[in-house]
Amino acid sequence: MKKVFPIFAVLTAGLLSYALYQALIGAPTEQTMGDVQRIFYYHVPSAWTAFLLFSINFVASVWYLIRRNTGADIVALVTAEVGVVFCTVVLVTGPLWARPVWGIWWTWDIRLTSTLVLWLIYVSYLLLRRFSTSGQTPVLAAALAVFGALDVPLVYFSIWFFRTQHPQPVIGGGGSIDPRMLHVLLINWLAFLCFAFLVCWSRYRLERLQRDVEETQALEALLDPRSSVR
Amino acid sequence: MRAESQAVSGVTRATLAKDIRLEWRSKDAINSMLFFALLVVVVFAFSFDPTAEESRQIAGGLVWVAFLFAAVVALNQTWAREIRNQVLDAYRVSPAPPNSLFVAKAVGNFLFVAILECLMTPLFIVFYKLRALGPGWQLVPVAALGTWALVVNGTFFAAMSLRTRSREIMLPLLLFPISIPALLAMVEATTIILSGDGRARFWIVLLATYDLVFTTASLALFEKILDAE
Amino acid sequence: MKFLYAAYAATWLIHIAYLVTVARRYARLKREIQDLNRDLR
Repeated sequence: MKKVFPIFAVLTAGLLSYALYQALIGAPTEQTMGDVQRIFYYHVPSAWTAFLLFSINFVASVWYLIRRNTGADIVALVTAEVGVVFCTVVLVTGPLWARPVWGIWWTWDIRLTSTLVLWLIYVSYLLLRRFSTSGQTPVLAAALAVFGALDVPLVYFSIWFFRTQHPQPVIGGGGSIDPRMLHVLLINWLAFLCFAFLVCWSRYRLERLQRDVEETQALEALLDPRSSVR
Repeated sequence: MRAESQAVSGVTRATLAKDIRLEWRSKDAINSMLFFALLVVVVFAFSFDPTAEESRQIAGGLVWVAFLFAAVVALNQTWAREIRNQVLDAYRVSPAPPNSLFVAKAVGNFLFVAILECLMTPLFIVFYKLRALGPGWQLVPVAALGTWALVVNGTFFAAMSLRTRSREIMLPLLLFPISIPALLAMVEATTIILSGDGRARFWIVLLATYDLVFTTASLALFEKILDAE
Repeated sequence: MKFLYAAYAATWLIHIAYLVTVARRYARLKREIQDLNRDLR
Protein backbone atom coordinates (compact mmCIF):
# COMPACT_ATOMS: atom_id res chain seq x y z
CA MET A 1 0.00 0.00 0.00
CA LYS A 2 2.75 2.43 0.98
CA LYS A 3 4.68 1.78 -2.24
CA VAL A 4 1.70 2.42 -4.48
CA PHE A 5 1.18 5.99 -3.31
CA PRO A 6 4.40 7.59 -4.61
CA ILE A 7 4.16 5.74 -7.92
CA PHE A 8 0.60 6.84 -8.37
CA ALA A 9 1.53 10.39 -7.37
CA VAL A 10 4.22 10.56 -10.03
CA LEU A 11 1.87 9.15 -12.65
CA THR A 12 -0.78 11.69 -11.70
CA ALA A 13 1.70 14.55 -11.88
CA GLY A 14 2.66 13.40 -15.35
CA LEU A 15 -0.95 13.11 -16.42
CA LEU A 16 -1.76 16.57 -15.06
CA SER A 17 1.18 18.08 -16.92
CA TYR A 18 0.18 16.40 -20.15
CA ALA A 19 -3.41 17.51 -19.68
CA LEU A 20 -2.26 21.07 -18.99
CA TYR A 21 -0.19 21.11 -22.15
CA GLN A 22 -3.13 19.86 -24.16
CA ALA A 23 -5.43 22.44 -22.62
CA LEU A 24 -3.15 25.39 -23.26
CA ILE A 25 -1.57 24.40 -26.55
CA GLY A 26 -2.84 21.14 -27.95
CA ALA A 27 -6.52 21.95 -28.07
CA PRO A 28 -7.81 24.00 -30.99
CA THR A 29 -8.68 27.64 -30.33
CA GLU A 30 -12.35 28.36 -30.02
CA GLN A 31 -13.82 30.57 -32.72
CA THR A 32 -15.95 33.06 -30.84
CA MET A 33 -14.28 33.30 -27.44
CA GLY A 34 -10.64 32.80 -28.33
CA ASP A 35 -8.06 31.52 -25.91
CA VAL A 36 -10.08 32.43 -22.82
CA GLN A 37 -12.30 29.48 -23.60
CA ARG A 38 -9.45 27.23 -22.46
CA ILE A 39 -10.56 27.89 -18.88
CA PHE A 40 -13.26 25.38 -19.81
CA TYR A 41 -10.71 22.55 -19.49
CA TYR A 42 -10.22 23.31 -15.81
CA HIS A 43 -13.66 24.68 -14.95
CA VAL A 44 -15.79 21.77 -16.13
CA PRO A 45 -13.67 18.85 -14.85
CA SER A 46 -13.50 20.54 -11.44
CA ALA A 47 -17.30 20.77 -11.39
CA TRP A 48 -17.72 17.12 -12.40
CA THR A 49 -15.17 16.02 -9.79
CA ALA A 50 -16.90 18.02 -7.08
CA PHE A 51 -20.27 16.48 -7.96
CA LEU A 52 -18.74 13.01 -7.90
CA LEU A 53 -17.14 13.63 -4.51
CA PHE A 54 -20.42 14.87 -3.08
CA SER A 55 -22.19 11.80 -4.41
CA ILE A 56 -19.66 9.64 -2.61
CA ASN A 57 -20.29 11.74 0.49
CA PHE A 58 -24.00 10.94 0.25
CA VAL A 59 -23.39 7.20 -0.11
CA ALA A 60 -20.87 7.20 2.75
CA SER A 61 -23.28 9.16 4.97
CA VAL A 62 -26.14 6.76 4.33
CA TRP A 63 -23.79 3.84 4.95
CA TYR A 64 -22.76 5.39 8.22
CA LEU A 65 -26.35 5.90 9.32
CA ILE A 66 -27.08 2.25 8.66
CA ARG A 67 -23.86 0.58 9.79
CA ARG A 68 -22.13 3.12 12.08
CA ASN A 69 -18.85 2.27 10.36
CA THR A 70 -16.04 4.70 11.24
CA GLY A 71 -14.44 4.27 7.83
CA ALA A 72 -17.63 5.50 6.19
CA ASP A 73 -17.69 8.53 8.45
CA ILE A 74 -14.13 9.43 7.52
CA VAL A 75 -14.87 8.98 3.82
CA ALA A 76 -17.82 11.32 4.21
CA LEU A 77 -15.68 13.95 5.92
CA VAL A 78 -12.86 13.67 3.41
CA THR A 79 -15.04 13.80 0.29
CA ALA A 80 -16.89 16.81 1.68
CA GLU A 81 -13.64 18.70 2.30
CA VAL A 82 -12.05 17.90 -1.03
CA GLY A 83 -15.38 18.49 -2.74
CA VAL A 84 -15.54 21.98 -1.29
CA VAL A 85 -12.00 22.64 -2.55
CA PHE A 86 -12.99 21.65 -6.09
CA CYS A 87 -16.21 23.65 -5.79
CA THR A 88 -14.17 26.69 -4.84
CA VAL A 89 -12.13 26.23 -7.99
CA VAL A 90 -15.33 26.15 -10.07
CA LEU A 91 -16.63 29.31 -8.39
CA VAL A 92 -13.36 31.16 -9.01
CA THR A 93 -12.74 30.03 -12.58
CA GLY A 94 -16.36 30.65 -13.57
CA PRO A 95 -16.35 34.42 -13.05
CA LEU A 96 -12.83 34.64 -14.48
CA TRP A 97 -14.29 33.12 -17.63
CA ALA A 98 -17.50 35.12 -17.59
CA ARG A 99 -15.86 38.51 -17.23
CA PRO A 100 -13.90 38.66 -20.50
CA VAL A 101 -16.60 36.85 -22.45
CA TRP A 102 -19.77 38.48 -21.15
CA GLY A 103 -18.45 41.57 -19.40
CA ILE A 104 -19.98 40.58 -16.08
CA TRP A 105 -18.44 38.70 -13.17
CA TRP A 106 -21.48 36.68 -12.23
CA THR A 107 -24.42 35.21 -14.05
CA TRP A 108 -27.16 32.98 -12.73
CA ASP A 109 -25.88 30.31 -15.07
CA ILE A 110 -27.25 27.00 -13.98
CA ARG A 111 -23.94 25.26 -13.40
CA LEU A 112 -22.41 28.20 -11.56
CA THR A 113 -25.49 28.79 -9.41
CA SER A 114 -25.97 25.12 -8.56
CA THR A 115 -22.31 24.95 -7.63
CA LEU A 116 -22.67 27.98 -5.39
CA VAL A 117 -25.60 26.43 -3.52
CA LEU A 118 -23.75 23.13 -3.28
CA TRP A 119 -20.74 24.96 -1.92
CA LEU A 120 -22.91 26.65 0.71
CA ILE A 121 -24.53 23.40 1.74
CA TYR A 122 -21.25 21.53 2.15
CA VAL A 123 -19.51 24.40 3.88
CA SER A 124 -22.37 24.36 6.39
CA TYR A 125 -21.77 20.60 6.70
CA LEU A 126 -18.10 21.21 7.49
CA LEU A 127 -19.04 23.94 9.98
CA LEU A 128 -21.39 21.57 11.75
CA ARG A 129 -18.57 19.04 11.98
CA ARG A 130 -16.24 21.65 13.41
CA PHE A 131 -18.57 23.32 15.90
CA SER A 132 -20.54 20.37 17.15
CA THR A 133 -19.68 19.38 20.68
CA SER A 134 -21.92 16.34 20.69
CA GLY A 135 -20.26 12.97 21.04
CA GLN A 136 -22.37 11.86 18.12
CA THR A 137 -21.27 14.44 15.57
CA PRO A 138 -20.92 11.82 12.80
CA VAL A 139 -24.61 10.98 13.07
CA LEU A 140 -25.65 14.62 12.89
CA ALA A 141 -23.31 15.26 9.99
CA ALA A 142 -24.59 12.21 8.14
CA ALA A 143 -28.18 13.40 8.57
CA LEU A 144 -27.23 16.83 7.23
CA ALA A 145 -25.48 15.20 4.27
CA VAL A 146 -28.67 13.28 3.45
CA PHE A 147 -30.67 16.50 3.59
CA GLY A 148 -28.13 18.19 1.36
CA ALA A 149 -28.21 15.40 -1.18
CA LEU A 150 -32.01 15.40 -1.25
CA ASP A 151 -31.87 19.12 -1.85
CA VAL A 152 -29.69 18.87 -4.93
CA PRO A 153 -32.36 17.95 -7.51
CA LEU A 154 -34.65 20.59 -6.04
CA VAL A 155 -31.89 23.19 -6.32
CA TYR A 156 -31.28 22.19 -9.91
CA PHE A 157 -34.92 22.35 -10.93
CA SER A 158 -35.63 25.62 -9.21
CA ILE A 159 -32.65 27.32 -10.85
CA TRP A 160 -33.48 25.76 -14.21
CA PHE A 161 -37.00 27.12 -14.14
CA PHE A 162 -35.81 30.47 -12.81
CA ARG A 163 -33.50 30.74 -15.78
CA THR A 164 -36.22 29.97 -18.29
CA GLN A 165 -38.16 32.85 -16.75
CA HIS A 166 -35.14 35.14 -16.56
CA PRO A 167 -32.75 34.18 -19.36
CA GLN A 168 -29.09 34.62 -18.60
CA PRO A 169 -25.84 34.12 -20.46
CA VAL A 170 -24.67 30.55 -20.48
CA ILE A 171 -21.13 29.91 -19.37
CA GLY A 172 -19.48 27.04 -21.11
CA GLY A 173 -21.58 27.15 -24.22
CA GLY A 174 -24.30 24.72 -24.95
CA GLY A 175 -24.63 22.52 -27.95
CA SER A 176 -22.17 20.16 -29.49
CA ILE A 177 -18.49 20.14 -28.90
CA ASP A 178 -15.57 19.61 -31.23
CA PRO A 179 -14.27 16.03 -30.71
CA ARG A 180 -10.72 17.28 -30.25
CA MET A 181 -11.93 19.57 -27.48
CA LEU A 182 -13.89 16.76 -25.92
CA HIS A 183 -10.74 14.66 -25.90
CA VAL A 184 -8.77 17.35 -24.07
CA LEU A 185 -11.66 17.86 -21.66
CA LEU A 186 -11.77 14.18 -20.78
CA ILE A 187 -8.00 13.98 -20.36
CA ASN A 188 -8.13 16.84 -17.90
CA TRP A 189 -11.01 15.24 -16.08
CA LEU A 190 -9.14 11.98 -15.73
CA ALA A 191 -6.09 13.83 -14.46
CA PHE A 192 -8.11 15.72 -11.87
CA LEU A 193 -9.91 12.57 -10.79
CA CYS A 194 -6.56 10.92 -10.10
CA PHE A 195 -5.44 14.02 -8.26
CA ALA A 196 -8.63 14.10 -6.21
CA PHE A 197 -8.17 10.44 -5.34
CA LEU A 198 -4.62 11.10 -4.12
CA VAL A 199 -5.71 14.05 -2.01
CA CYS A 200 -8.63 12.11 -0.52
CA TRP A 201 -6.39 9.15 0.23
CA SER A 202 -3.86 11.37 2.05
CA ARG A 203 -6.57 13.15 3.98
CA TYR A 204 -8.14 9.81 4.90
CA ARG A 205 -4.86 8.54 6.31
CA LEU A 206 -4.37 11.78 8.21
CA GLU A 207 -7.82 11.52 9.75
CA ARG A 208 -7.37 7.87 10.72
CA LEU A 209 -4.06 8.71 12.35
CA GLN A 210 -5.59 11.71 14.12
CA ARG A 211 -8.38 9.63 15.61
CA ASP A 212 -5.96 6.93 16.75
CA VAL A 213 -3.79 9.56 18.41
CA GLU A 214 -6.78 11.12 20.15
CA GLU A 215 -7.88 7.73 21.41
CA THR A 216 -4.42 7.03 22.73
CA GLN A 217 -4.24 10.43 24.38
CA ALA A 218 -7.58 9.81 26.04
CA LEU A 219 -6.43 6.43 27.32
CA GLU A 220 -3.21 7.93 28.56
CA ALA A 221 -5.07 10.57 30.49
CA LEU A 222 -7.15 7.87 32.14
CA LEU A 223 -4.25 5.61 33.05
CA ASP A 224 -1.76 8.28 34.00
CA PRO A 225 -0.69 7.63 37.61
CA ARG A 226 0.08 11.30 37.99
CA SER A 227 -3.49 12.34 37.30
CA SER A 228 -5.71 13.24 40.18
CA VAL A 229 -8.42 10.80 39.14
CA ARG A 230 -8.34 7.71 41.34
CA MET B 1 -51.62 -0.50 15.48
CA ARG B 2 -54.61 1.65 16.39
CA ALA B 3 -53.37 2.00 19.95
CA GLU B 4 -49.94 3.06 18.69
CA SER B 5 -51.25 5.70 16.32
CA GLN B 6 -53.50 6.96 19.06
CA ALA B 7 -50.46 7.22 21.29
CA VAL B 8 -48.63 9.22 18.63
CA SER B 9 -51.39 11.71 18.08
CA GLY B 10 -52.07 11.82 21.81
CA VAL B 11 -48.51 12.80 22.62
CA THR B 12 -48.42 15.21 19.71
CA ARG B 13 -51.62 16.91 20.79
CA ALA B 14 -50.51 17.06 24.41
CA THR B 15 -47.09 18.51 23.60
CA LEU B 16 -48.59 20.98 21.17
CA ALA B 17 -51.25 22.06 23.65
CA LYS B 18 -48.63 22.47 26.34
CA ASP B 19 -46.42 24.60 24.12
CA ILE B 20 -49.30 26.81 23.05
CA ARG B 21 -50.47 27.21 26.62
CA LEU B 22 -46.99 28.10 27.89
CA GLU B 23 -46.46 30.50 25.05
CA TRP B 24 -49.83 32.13 25.57
CA ARG B 25 -49.01 32.76 29.18
CA SER B 26 -45.54 34.19 28.70
CA LYS B 27 -45.77 35.41 25.11
CA ASP B 28 -41.96 35.37 25.10
CA ALA B 29 -41.43 34.15 21.62
CA ILE B 30 -44.33 35.95 20.01
CA ASN B 31 -43.36 39.30 21.46
CA SER B 32 -39.73 39.10 20.47
CA MET B 33 -40.62 37.84 17.01
CA LEU B 34 -43.22 40.54 16.51
CA PHE B 35 -40.94 43.33 17.56
CA PHE B 36 -38.09 42.00 15.48
CA ALA B 37 -40.33 41.67 12.44
CA LEU B 38 -41.66 45.18 12.94
CA LEU B 39 -38.10 46.50 13.09
CA VAL B 40 -37.26 44.70 9.88
CA VAL B 41 -40.31 46.16 8.11
CA VAL B 42 -39.50 49.68 9.27
CA VAL B 43 -35.81 49.46 8.37
CA PHE B 44 -36.69 48.17 4.92
CA ALA B 45 -39.27 50.94 4.53
CA PHE B 46 -36.61 53.54 5.29
CA SER B 47 -34.11 51.90 2.94
CA PHE B 48 -36.43 51.64 -0.02
CA ASP B 49 -39.14 54.05 -0.98
CA PRO B 50 -40.53 52.38 -4.05
CA THR B 51 -43.40 53.33 -6.28
CA ALA B 52 -46.35 50.98 -6.33
CA GLU B 53 -45.03 49.42 -9.53
CA GLU B 54 -41.54 48.85 -8.15
CA SER B 55 -43.02 47.53 -4.92
CA ARG B 56 -44.67 44.66 -6.67
CA GLN B 57 -41.34 43.60 -8.11
CA ILE B 58 -39.34 43.70 -4.88
CA ALA B 59 -41.97 43.01 -2.23
CA GLY B 60 -41.74 39.26 -2.74
CA GLY B 61 -38.10 39.20 -1.77
CA LEU B 62 -38.41 41.73 1.07
CA VAL B 63 -41.38 40.05 2.68
CA TRP B 64 -39.86 36.61 2.66
CA VAL B 65 -36.51 37.81 3.97
CA ALA B 66 -38.35 39.48 6.84
CA PHE B 67 -40.39 36.32 7.52
CA LEU B 68 -37.26 34.20 7.31
CA PHE B 69 -35.46 36.25 9.95
CA ALA B 70 -38.49 36.20 12.20
CA ALA B 71 -38.82 32.45 11.74
CA VAL B 72 -35.20 32.00 12.82
CA VAL B 73 -35.94 33.87 16.04
CA ALA B 74 -38.84 31.49 16.71
CA LEU B 75 -36.89 28.38 15.73
CA ASN B 76 -33.93 29.21 17.93
CA GLN B 77 -36.03 28.90 21.05
CA THR B 78 -37.82 25.72 19.93
CA TRP B 79 -35.95 23.40 22.19
CA ALA B 80 -34.80 25.94 24.77
CA ARG B 81 -37.46 25.01 27.29
CA GLU B 82 -36.79 21.31 26.83
CA ILE B 83 -33.09 21.77 27.40
CA ARG B 84 -33.58 23.86 30.52
CA ASN B 85 -35.74 21.24 32.16
CA GLN B 86 -34.05 18.11 30.87
CA VAL B 87 -37.25 17.11 29.18
CA LEU B 88 -35.43 15.54 26.24
CA ASP B 89 -33.98 12.84 28.44
CA ALA B 90 -37.46 12.04 29.66
CA TYR B 91 -38.67 11.74 26.08
CA ARG B 92 -35.81 9.48 25.20
CA VAL B 93 -36.65 6.93 27.86
CA SER B 94 -40.38 7.15 27.47
CA PRO B 95 -42.22 4.79 25.12
CA ALA B 96 -43.63 7.76 23.22
CA PRO B 97 -42.49 7.76 19.60
CA PRO B 98 -39.96 10.56 19.03
CA ASN B 99 -41.74 11.70 15.89
CA SER B 100 -44.70 12.88 17.90
CA LEU B 101 -42.39 15.30 19.68
CA PHE B 102 -41.04 16.53 16.38
CA VAL B 103 -44.46 16.99 14.84
CA ALA B 104 -45.68 18.89 17.89
CA LYS B 105 -42.68 21.23 17.79
CA ALA B 106 -42.92 21.77 14.04
CA VAL B 107 -46.64 22.47 14.11
CA GLY B 108 -46.17 24.79 17.08
CA ASN B 109 -43.50 26.74 15.22
CA PHE B 110 -45.68 26.82 12.14
CA LEU B 111 -48.53 28.35 14.10
CA PHE B 112 -46.28 30.99 15.67
CA VAL B 113 -44.75 32.00 12.37
CA ALA B 114 -48.14 31.96 10.62
CA ILE B 115 -49.58 34.26 13.24
CA LEU B 116 -46.61 36.54 12.77
CA GLU B 117 -47.13 36.59 9.01
CA CYS B 118 -50.80 37.48 9.44
CA LEU B 119 -49.86 40.37 11.70
CA MET B 120 -47.07 41.65 9.48
CA THR B 121 -48.83 41.44 6.14
CA PRO B 122 -51.10 44.48 6.70
CA LEU B 123 -48.00 46.46 7.65
CA PHE B 124 -46.29 45.49 4.44
CA ILE B 125 -49.37 46.32 2.40
CA VAL B 126 -49.50 49.75 3.95
CA PHE B 127 -45.78 50.56 3.78
CA TYR B 128 -45.39 49.38 0.20
CA LYS B 129 -48.82 50.22 -1.19
CA LEU B 130 -49.21 46.63 -2.25
CA ARG B 131 -52.02 45.30 -4.34
CA ALA B 132 -52.08 41.91 -6.03
CA LEU B 133 -52.57 42.16 -9.75
CA GLY B 134 -52.64 38.40 -10.12
CA PRO B 135 -54.80 35.84 -8.30
CA GLY B 136 -54.32 37.04 -4.71
CA TRP B 137 -55.83 33.93 -3.16
CA GLN B 138 -52.82 31.96 -4.39
CA LEU B 139 -50.73 33.79 -1.83
CA VAL B 140 -52.33 31.64 0.87
CA PRO B 141 -51.01 28.26 -0.37
CA VAL B 142 -47.68 29.91 -1.17
CA ALA B 143 -47.41 31.27 2.36
CA ALA B 144 -48.57 28.03 3.95
CA LEU B 145 -46.27 25.77 1.94
CA GLY B 146 -43.38 28.19 2.21
CA THR B 147 -43.71 28.62 5.96
CA TRP B 148 -43.89 24.86 6.46
CA ALA B 149 -40.75 24.44 4.33
CA LEU B 150 -38.83 26.78 6.62
CA VAL B 151 -40.31 25.44 9.81
CA VAL B 152 -39.93 21.72 9.18
CA ASN B 153 -36.23 21.98 8.34
CA GLY B 154 -35.71 24.67 10.96
CA THR B 155 -37.13 22.52 13.76
CA PHE B 156 -34.93 19.63 12.66
CA PHE B 157 -31.79 21.73 12.42
CA ALA B 158 -32.58 23.38 15.75
CA ALA B 159 -32.43 19.91 17.28
CA MET B 160 -29.14 19.25 15.51
CA SER B 161 -27.65 22.52 16.75
CA LEU B 162 -28.38 21.84 20.39
CA ARG B 163 -24.89 20.65 21.16
CA THR B 164 -22.83 23.07 19.14
CA ARG B 165 -20.81 26.13 20.01
CA SER B 166 -22.60 29.30 18.85
CA ARG B 167 -25.90 27.49 18.70
CA GLU B 168 -27.91 30.50 17.58
CA ILE B 169 -25.69 31.07 14.58
CA MET B 170 -25.48 27.41 13.63
CA LEU B 171 -29.22 27.18 12.97
CA PRO B 172 -29.37 29.82 10.20
CA LEU B 173 -26.02 28.62 8.85
CA LEU B 174 -27.49 25.17 8.34
CA LEU B 175 -30.99 26.26 7.37
CA PHE B 176 -30.36 28.92 4.72
CA PRO B 177 -28.39 26.94 2.11
CA ILE B 178 -30.76 23.98 2.21
CA SER B 179 -33.76 26.30 2.00
CA ILE B 180 -32.59 28.06 -1.14
CA PRO B 181 -34.90 26.23 -3.57
CA ALA B 182 -37.86 26.87 -1.28
CA LEU B 183 -36.91 30.53 -0.80
CA LEU B 184 -36.52 31.00 -4.53
CA ALA B 185 -39.93 29.42 -5.07
CA MET B 186 -41.62 31.55 -2.39
CA VAL B 187 -40.14 34.79 -3.65
CA GLU B 188 -40.80 34.07 -7.32
CA ALA B 189 -44.35 32.91 -6.68
CA THR B 190 -45.12 35.99 -4.58
CA THR B 191 -43.65 38.32 -7.18
CA ILE B 192 -45.58 36.62 -9.96
CA ILE B 193 -48.85 36.82 -8.04
CA LEU B 194 -48.33 40.45 -7.09
CA SER B 195 -47.31 41.61 -10.52
CA GLY B 196 -49.77 39.38 -12.34
CA ASP B 197 -46.94 38.48 -14.68
CA GLY B 198 -47.05 34.78 -15.51
CA ARG B 199 -48.16 31.74 -13.63
CA ALA B 200 -47.04 30.65 -10.19
CA ARG B 201 -48.12 27.02 -10.64
CA PHE B 202 -44.62 25.60 -11.14
CA TRP B 203 -43.35 27.27 -7.99
CA ILE B 204 -46.29 26.10 -5.92
CA VAL B 205 -45.76 22.53 -7.11
CA LEU B 206 -42.04 22.86 -6.33
CA LEU B 207 -42.85 24.07 -2.81
CA ALA B 208 -45.23 21.17 -2.29
CA THR B 209 -42.57 18.71 -3.48
CA TYR B 210 -39.97 20.33 -1.24
CA ASP B 211 -42.31 20.07 1.74
CA LEU B 212 -43.06 16.44 1.02
CA VAL B 213 -39.41 15.46 0.62
CA PHE B 214 -38.16 17.21 3.72
CA THR B 215 -41.07 16.35 5.99
CA THR B 216 -40.43 12.69 5.15
CA ALA B 217 -36.68 13.08 5.67
CA SER B 218 -37.15 14.85 9.01
CA LEU B 219 -39.58 12.23 10.29
CA ALA B 220 -37.30 9.44 9.13
CA LEU B 221 -34.15 10.83 10.72
CA PHE B 222 -35.42 12.63 13.81
CA GLU B 223 -35.10 9.64 16.09
CA LYS B 224 -31.43 9.26 15.17
CA ILE B 225 -30.87 12.92 15.91
CA LEU B 226 -32.64 12.76 19.22
CA ASP B 227 -30.55 9.78 20.30
CA ALA B 228 -27.44 11.65 19.27
CA GLU B 229 -27.95 14.40 21.78
CA MET C 1 -5.08 36.32 -22.09
CA LYS C 2 -4.69 37.51 -18.53
CA PHE C 3 -7.89 35.83 -17.37
CA LEU C 4 -6.84 32.46 -18.69
CA TYR C 5 -3.59 32.45 -16.73
CA ALA C 6 -5.33 33.86 -13.66
CA ALA C 7 -7.84 31.02 -13.77
CA TYR C 8 -5.21 28.31 -14.07
CA ALA C 9 -3.05 29.91 -11.41
CA ALA C 10 -6.01 30.33 -9.07
CA THR C 11 -6.93 26.67 -9.50
CA TRP C 12 -3.52 25.48 -8.42
CA LEU C 13 -3.23 28.06 -5.65
CA ILE C 14 -6.47 26.75 -4.13
CA HIS C 15 -5.34 23.14 -4.36
CA ILE C 16 -1.90 23.91 -2.96
CA ALA C 17 -3.42 25.90 -0.08
CA TYR C 18 -5.50 22.89 0.90
CA LEU C 19 -2.56 20.52 0.62
CA VAL C 20 -0.50 22.84 2.81
CA THR C 21 -3.15 22.71 5.55
CA VAL C 22 -3.18 18.92 5.33
CA ALA C 23 0.62 18.80 5.51
CA ARG C 24 0.74 21.11 8.51
CA ARG C 25 -1.82 19.05 10.40
CA TYR C 26 0.24 15.99 9.60
CA ALA C 27 3.41 17.63 10.95
CA ARG C 28 1.62 18.61 14.14
CA LEU C 29 0.30 15.09 14.50
CA LYS C 30 3.78 13.62 14.07
CA ARG C 31 4.99 15.81 16.93
CA GLU C 32 2.14 14.66 19.15
CA ILE C 33 3.00 11.05 18.39
CA GLN C 34 6.59 11.70 19.42
CA ASP C 35 5.35 13.22 22.67
CA LEU C 36 3.13 10.23 23.29
CA ASN C 37 5.94 7.81 22.61
CA ARG C 38 8.10 9.66 25.08
CA ASP C 39 5.42 9.69 27.76
CA LEU C 40 4.55 6.05 27.36
CA ARG C 41 8.13 4.91 27.65
